[in-house]
Amino acid sequence: MRQGRVRLPGRHAAGPESNHPMPIMQDSRDADMLGRRTDGSTVRRPLSPHLQVYDMLQMSSAMSIAGRITGVAWSVGVLLLVWWLVAAAAGPRAFAQVQWFLGSWLGLLILVGMTGAAWFHTLNGIRHLAWDAGHGYEIPTMYRSGWTVLIATAVLTVLTWLVAIIAWA
Amino acid sequence: MANEYADHTTMRSALGRVRGLGSAKGGTDHWWMQRITSAALLPLTLWFALAAASLAGASYAETVAWIGRPWNAVLLLATIGLTFHHIAAGMQVVLEDYVNQEWAKMAAILAVKAICWLLALASALAVLRIAV
Repeated sequence: MRQGRVRLPGRHAAGPESNHPMPIMQDSRDADMLGRRTDGSTVRRPLSPHLQVYDMLQMSSAMSIAGRITGVAWSVGVLLLVWWLVAAAAGPRAFAQVQWFLGSWLGLLILVGMTGAAWFHTLNGIRHLAWDAGHGYEIPTMYRSGWTVLIATAVLTVLTWLVAIIAWA
Repeated sequence: MANEYADHTTMRSALGRVRGLGSAKGGTDHWWMQRITSAALLPLTLWFALAAASLAGASYAETVAWIGRPWNAVLLLATIGLTFHHIAAGMQVVLEDYVNQEWAKMAAILAVKAICWLLALASALAVLRIAV
C-alpha cells in the first residue's frame, strides 16, 4: 500500500473530453487523465471529487500522510549522521563542533524530533509491511494498529532518550 | 478544419499506439527494493539508535574506537548503503507524485539520487578511514 498520496486535480481535470489530438505530455497528471477511445479519439477522464468530500484527518489518511512526512524529515535528519561520521574521520576539532551542535538546544530539539519521526516511520512502516503481506485490512484492526503505532511511538521515543540520558550522566 | 474527424481519429490499433512507450519490466523492482531495504533497516536502525544513544556524551577517542571496531564498521557500512537506497527510493515516489512538470520531476529525482550517492560515499569513506 502506498503511503500518503494525495491526488490533486490536474490542469485538464475540468473538461471531460477534447477535440484536439493528444499533445506531448507536459504534466504527468495527464498520464492518468488523458486517454483514447477504441476509435482513437482523445478523452479527458474526469476526476471524481475527493478532496471536497474526503475527511483528510481520519486515522487512515492522517497516518498515511504522516508516514510520508516523517520519512522526508528523517531523510533530512540523516544529514546529521553524515556530518557526525565525516567529522569523526576528520579529527578531534571537527568532531568537537558536531558534539557542540548536537548538545545545543537546537541540536537537541532536532534530535528529539528526529527520534519521534524515526520511530513513527518505523512502526507505521511495519504496519505497511503487514498490509503488503495481506494482513490487517479490517477497519477495526486498522484503527487498533494505528493507535498502537501512535502509543508505541511515544513510549519508544521516551525510552530512547532515557538510554541517552543514562549514558550521558 | 476541413476534416475535423481526421484530427482525432487514427488508423492505428490500441496495441500499435503503446508499442515503444516502454515496458513494465522494471515495474516491481523499485517497489520490492523499498520493502527489502525497509525490512533490512529494521534491525540495523534499532542497533544504531541504541548504540548512538549510549554514545551520548562519549569522548572523541571513545566514539572513534566504537566506529572502528570491525563489526560496528561492517554494520555501519550496511546501514549507510541501505539507508540511502531507501531514502532515494522513497523521495523518488514523493517527487513523482507532487512534481508535475516532466523536466522538473526528472531533474529533482536525478538531483536526489546524486546527493544520496555522494552522501553515502562520504559516509562510507569516513567509516573506512576510521576502521582501516
